[in-house]
Amino acid sequence: MIWLTWRQFRGAAAMTAAVLVVLAVALALTGPGLSSGYSTGIASCVQSDSCKNFYDQFFGTYQLPFLAVSLVVLLLPALVGLFWGAPLITRELEAGTHLLVWNQGITRARWLTVKLGLIGLVAMAATCLCGLAVTWWSSPLDKSAPEELALMAPLVFGARGIAPMGYAAFAFALGVTVGMLVRRTLPAMALTLAVFAALQLAMPLLVRPHLMPPVTGTFELSESNMDHFGIPRHGAGPPDIALKDAVPGDAGAWVLSNELLDPSGRPIAGAGQGAPIEVSTTSGPCAPSGGTGMDLCLVEINRLGYRQQATYQPLERFWPFQWIETGIYALLTAGLTWFSFWWIRRRLS
Amino acid sequence: MTSVLEAHGLGKRYGRRWALRECSIDIPAGHVVGLVGPNGAGKTTLLKLASGQLEPTTGGITVLGGRPAGGRAQLAKVGFVAQDTPVYAGLSVADHLRLGARLNLRWDAAMARERIARLGLAPAQRAGKLSGGQRAQLALTLGLAKRPELLILDEPVASLDPLARREFMQGLMEATVEHEFSVVLSSHLVSDLERVCDFLIVIVDSRVQVAGETDKLLATHYRLTGPRRDPDRLPADQHVISASHTERQSTYVIRTDAPIHDPAWTVTGLSLEDLVLAYMDRRTVENRRVALEVRR
Repeated sequence: MIWLTWRQFRGAAAMTAAVLVVLAVALALTGPGLSSGYSTGIASCVQSDSCKNFYDQFFGTYQLPFLAVSLVVLLLPALVGLFWGAPLITRELEAGTHLLVWNQGITRARWLTVKLGLIGLVAMAATCLCGLAVTWWSSPLDKSAPEELALMAPLVFGARGIAPMGYAAFAFALGVTVGMLVRRTLPAMALTLAVFAALQLAMPLLVRPHLMPPVTGTFELSESNMDHFGIPRHGAGPPDIALKDAVPGDAGAWVLSNELLDPSGRPIAGAGQGAPIEVSTTSGPCAPSGGTGMDLCLVEINRLGYRQQATYQPLERFWPFQWIETGIYALLTAGLTWFSFWWIRRRLS
Repeated sequence: MTSVLEAHGLGKRYGRRWALRECSIDIPAGHVVGLVGPNGAGKTTLLKLASGQLEPTTGGITVLGGRPAGGRAQLAKVGFVAQDTPVYAGLSVADHLRLGARLNLRWDAAMARERIARLGLAPAQRAGKLSGGQRAQLALTLGLAKRPELLILDEPVASLDPLARREFMQGLMEATVEHEFSVVLSSHLVSDLERVCDFLIVIVDSRVQVAGETDKLLATHYRLTGPRRDPDRLPADQHVISASHTERQSTYVIRTDAPIHDPAWTVTGLSLEDLVLAYMDRRTVENRRVALEVRR
């Protein structure tokens, strides 16, 4: 049975392997250069205190390959479900060959065990290796990425670590199960894609923020959590502050909610929105004519009691989250696998 | 003698439609059984139930004393060649033999190789490129080389041309003689089965109409032709299978174990084909009988 499964699968396996080998070679050749470029850059920017500029410039240079490899890892599980999972049973049902193979001397359960086991393991191994290789390659970029593309950001989280392996196992089992129920290849592929995409959206939006209780903190305003800070010239209005989704002292944290509080503790603006600050611009540190500069004005605003209040998941939870999320997908996979065995014995013919 | 297939009150329902109902048959071992009936009569359903592809809705079925597809031992005893003789289009002929060798407990590799060679199939040929007849032969070879005690074939020759049909049936018969196993094969054409079957099951409208050894069936069915007569004036032991009437003349096909003495009838025997057609025609007879009563 292993022979037959492999004989049917080897074409697809060889093609995927070829693509992944090309990717691995590309990563292996460029990875060391990327990493040394990062460390020399850091070494020189620390001395001149210009690391923010270095990060922006370094990330900007490699943004395209960064997005490309992340996309590959994000898509890989969906492709596994679509092209390995969904047709696995439907192809046999459509050609009628299930009637041939189920009447040889092996039970259906064993037939399905080998098919699911062998191809599922190959899919998991491929995505796991791919995910870890990309994690290794992009680690200098992840450290210098802007907050919306940081390691914990929804788009990037799913393309790093071991989570892609969980996604692939689930997508494969989903494709097989849907194929058994729908019995036709194309509708099964479409339905698999729809369900998998829906779950991949629901996970970061609804589930992942609550995997561990998020941290809530109140922070003074500073350069690291402000997107915009402006004082209109000639006292035309109050100074204006907009927050960005970052918290001071915890770079790379995944900010879930972000508000600007006025001195009474009332939220006056959400993330990205500008809010006027009630501080005198005719005299004192925020008066443009005072010539004291922005820094003293910010000190004055903080003294008045304006704060950032953020709810977030810190960066150090990256690996715990990876394990929890992989575990959730493993449970879903186990459930689907159980169902497919039940179905093939009771209902499918 | 043991039974190869025993069914009691067997039924299979798809949604609201019964594909097979109240099927009770007992097929003794050592026969080549023909299963005849029009398209959609329930032949495939019965064969799939026998091979364990389907689970019955009601009743029970045992094949060679075991539950169909109830484990490796049962699977090894029963061969099944499905309708349209499916094979893996992407695999070569040799791959199929390898598949059989790896997936079966007992596999007659020498026989399979020899058969393929005799048929003139190139082992490297992809099964998808074979002609319909060659594909059917390949599927049959797979069924035969697992050396089953019962081989089930579902409309194996339906899509073949007459020459390929004859070759297929010939190959099947040679194998039964050589290896002594029971065969159940279905067709909607009696002519396919006439020369090879010694046991016949007629299935119409999801019910088994008649089942028995062909010799016995032929010896107990007659065509009566004579002056017009209503069916209820026939002796009680003569069961009407079909009837047709003209103004003055009636023709009946009847089943009876007793000799027919009525001199008014011209009694002739039936060919197997006529016999099957009479059973297939039965529904219309019942309708017609109602019409006769109304006219009276």
